[in-house]
Amino acid sequence: MLAPEYLLTILLIIPTLGAAVVLLLPRNSLGAIRATTLVFSLVAFFWSLPLVTGFDSAASAMQFVQNVPWIRAGGFRIAYHVGIDGISLFLVLLTTVLMPLAILGSWKVQKNLKPYMALMLLLEAGMLGVFVALDLVLFYFFWEAMLIPMYFLIGVWGGGRRIYAAVKFFIYTAFGSFLMLAALIALYFINHGDSFDIVQITDRLASGQITMPFHTEMLLFGAFFLAFAIKVPLFPFHTWLPDAHVEAPTAGSVVLAGILLKMGTYGMLRFCLPMFPGASIKLAPYISVLAIIGIIYGALVAMVQPDVKKLVAYSSVSHLGFVVLGIFAFNLTSIEGATYQMLNHGVSTGALFLLVGMIYDRRHTRLIEDFGGIAHRMPIYAAMFLVIALSSIGLPGLNGFVGEFLILQGTFLSSHTRAAFAAVAVILAAVYMLWMYQRVFMGKVGRDENKSLLDLRMREVLTILPLIVLAIWMGVSSGTFLRKMDTSVQKVVDRIEQVKDMQIMSVENRANQN
Amino acid sequence: MEINYLAVLPEIILAVVGIVLMVIIPFTRRENQPKLGYLALVGLVLAVIATVLQWGRSDVAFFGMVFQDNFTQFSRIVFFLSIGTIVTASISYLEQDRLERAEYFSLLLFAAVGMGLMAASANLIMTFLGLEILSIATYVLAGFRRDEMKSTESALKYFILGAFSTAFLLYGVAFIYGATGTTEYLQIAHKLAGPSLSETPFPAFLLLGLGLLIVGFGFKAALAPFHVWTPDVYEGAPTPITAHLAVASKAAALLALLRILYQVLPGLIGDWQNLLWVSAVLTMLIGNIAALTQTNIKRMLAYSSIAHAGYLLVGLVAGSAKGAQGVMFYLLAYAFMNLGALIVVQLVGRRNEKTVAIADYTGLGYRYPGLSLALSIFLVSLAGIPLTAGFSGKLFLFSAAMESGMYWLVGISVVASVIGIYYYLRVLVLMYMRQPETEIEAIPLPMAVRVVLVIMALGTLYMGILPQTVLNLASEAVRF
Repeated sequence: MLAPEYLLTILLIIPTLGAAVVLLLPRNSLGAIRATTLVFSLVAFFWSLPLVTGFDSAASAMQFVQNVPWIRAGGFRIAYHVGIDGISLFLVLLTTVLMPLAILGSWKVQKNLKPYMALMLLLEAGMLGVFVALDLVLFYFFWEAMLIPMYFLIGVWGGGRRIYAAVKFFIYTAFGSFLMLAALIALYFINHGDSFDIVQITDRLASGQITMPFHTEMLLFGAFFLAFAIKVPLFPFHTWLPDAHVEAPTAGSVVLAGILLKMGTYGMLRFCLPMFPGASIKLAPYISVLAIIGIIYGALVAMVQPDVKKLVAYSSVSHLGFVVLGIFAFNLTSIEGATYQMLNHGVSTGALFLLVGMIYDRRHTRLIEDFGGIAHRMPIYAAMFLVIALSSIGLPGLNGFVGEFLILQGTFLSSHTRAAFAAVAVILAAVYMLWMYQRVFMGKVGRDENKSLLDLRMREVLTILPLIVLAIWMGVSSGTFLRKMDTSVQKVVDRIEQVKDMQIMSVENRANQN
Repeated sequence: MEINYLAVLPEIILAVVGIVLMVIIPFTRRENQPKLGYLALVGLVLAVIATVLQWGRSDVAFFGMVFQDNFTQFSRIVFFLSIGTIVTASISYLEQDRLERAEYFSLLLFAAVGMGLMAASANLIMTFLGLEILSIATYVLAGFRRDEMKSTESALKYFILGAFSTAFLLYGVAFIYGATGTTEYLQIAHKLAGPSLSETPFPAFLLLGLGLLIVGFGFKAALAPFHVWTPDVYEGAPTPITAHLAVASKAAALLALLRILYQVLPGLIGDWQNLLWVSAVLTMLIGNIAALTQTNIKRMLAYSSIAHAGYLLVGLVAGSAKGAQGVMFYLLAYAFMNLGALIVVQLVGRRNEKTVAIADYTGLGYRYPGLSLALSIFLVSLAGIPLTAGFSGKLFLFSAAMESGMYWLVGISVVASVIGIYYYLRVLVLMYMRQPETEIEAIPLPMAVRVVLVIMALGTLYMGILPQTVLNLASEAVRF
């Protein structure tokens, strides 16, 4: 058995190696390319399971840590430092679960299959890297490097306006992340040039070993937050998302919505709150307003979309708004809810995009008006779609409910108004999702093209089934998941509380002096 | 202080090989002349060996004319590597375009001699001589396609403006001599070390001299506002010479400037920081914004090279050892990525450089996957995306400026870099995301050039993923 410190590193190597192997295969042996890619993504999945079983829920420190010097010259100290805590654990798992399914979902890709599959695996390595990196430079490394495969996936294999969408996606994200680069260099010098170590900097800031003036904190928070807000995307930085989603190939959308967007909210939890608690508290009301606007706006715009994929894309804006709202409510319930909702959204939206992709493969259209009465022709498809749609809406018993409920409950503790506004969107979600379901699946089969539709094949059922199982499991037994997050989330909350207490104390002191 | 021939052995070797080439040329049949490039390559390899052997030695040789130090050696490696790459790429270029005159290689070697002397120089006169040796060779090379209007225009423009700027440089040298009574680096530094600036006999002369030196070097390195010649000259010059202008010659000017600023005039740091701060901002913004609208890839890379000089200036402005080391690192990184990109441009240009529009890259990714992959690596690196040398280089440069408290400069650099991404991506879009409208003409890919491209690509990735070794060498190179 390997020492646990190599687990994560090998997890990063598996998909990278897979990409190299795929590139070595002959271009025309499509079957072999698909099988190899799937096998490597499955190996990565099974490899990630020991992370759950071996995870110690009680420990607040990072686990499965590997920390070796990477660049140590010319006054720079950059480390290859990886590890996970209760927050990143499940995001890593989400990635390894969704990737094999996304690959199964792109079975129909014919054009340039070899580079496509290689890029998918590289993308997986990049995303895993973002979630496990514990050094700022390493984090940035993966964060940016992952843009390239995504850019090509959208730009080469996407739909009609793919080039516009790909370039927009790239420039938007790059703009945010270059500012973050400047901010993380600044953090390095605030840390006296000792290291880019995320854990070390967070701890030292918490213990007061290193400090920064408040305006610096605000600036750095701004730079990090902007990068993450663009990625999430938080209203009003969301405009790249519908374009990218609609034009991306099915697997691209699955990865984008399922995993990539979470990198933004993950970043907020990992950087913004623990490193800049003062600025977070100060700006939380404004950010929450943006989140609520996003929740309601996303839902309203989703309602009027003629295109199913675009509808799902806008629903993401709404769902991720919930996550941001939960994060900036600063209590255990809301943040756990937010983390849970990240996973839920990955499961349900990932599945929705896969399902949309299946019908698109058959009919080459995604317009709601082109369908109607599909349930008669494709009963299995309709049933599966319904379960996932309900999970996305937040029906009790399915996963979405737990996340939304926790977020609303937690938000209610910090602000009644915010919770009230956000709760409205829960109704709106039911409206857009069910209305779409009704128009696509119910009624009579209106069009001749739809009369000859075939139901799902075995492979397609296998693609969706794991996600349905997961949706139900996460809905009924949420404790299993939440328990593992407790300690890590509590740590973030404690840090915020600590700063809040200090602020109260200083106000009291001032009052006493007067 | 002795003569110490070893200190200038690399330049001696190159000069001798260059002269021997000149002697052989009349006895060589025209169609065989491009093959003489391999002889030049042998000379360069020997020069690199002679350079590496001197690593770690520290001396002032030739009665105070040249330094023997790691800075010189590191700079020489950048120069000789660039010239070696250019020579290799030129062999097939000359054959293909029927420009079989081997004087070309002699001139490149003389340019290398000039650059080596500029980096080693310990005396303003020596610096000037080095610059002139470099420039005169380059003027001729820029006009090497002499039947071509554009090439002749390029050479003439470069010559007239270059001569003008050299005059500025010389004038600057004169003023500094006037203020300090010497042209030797160490003595100038010594004289300025003690009293504050206002106590020196002619403070105005010093500042004037500094300004004029910056103008002179700024022209050679294409720093804004002295960059206006760049696009025309780069576009008209033969593509390998464009690579020389954009990489080697620019590096020589910046490195010579770096030594003067850090080693000779650290006393005036506040003054040159202010001047270069403005120039850095202008250079980055003008380069990146003007590159956005270009339709000719050579012009686009010309503006991109202006932008990169701006990033390098950010390191210079930092005024710290970290900044200098960042500049060294970035110059090597830049050599790998930009030479690589320009060699691909040369290959895709085909015979007589007829296809140098950006649109000519449409659909190239499917017909020539290897070549396109290489170009993608170089462009992604120029854009500063992680995994590549361009990213680690920018990280080190911007860190240095941040450490010196230049937050605004870093902010502007970051915004400029984002603008830059757009035009590099455009080429990738064309290569991979659009279908060609007409059949793509065959591109000859000689083995030697393939090898060079692979080396450049590996170098770019190596310095991006494992920058440790080079960074270490760079930090040793800037201990003046």
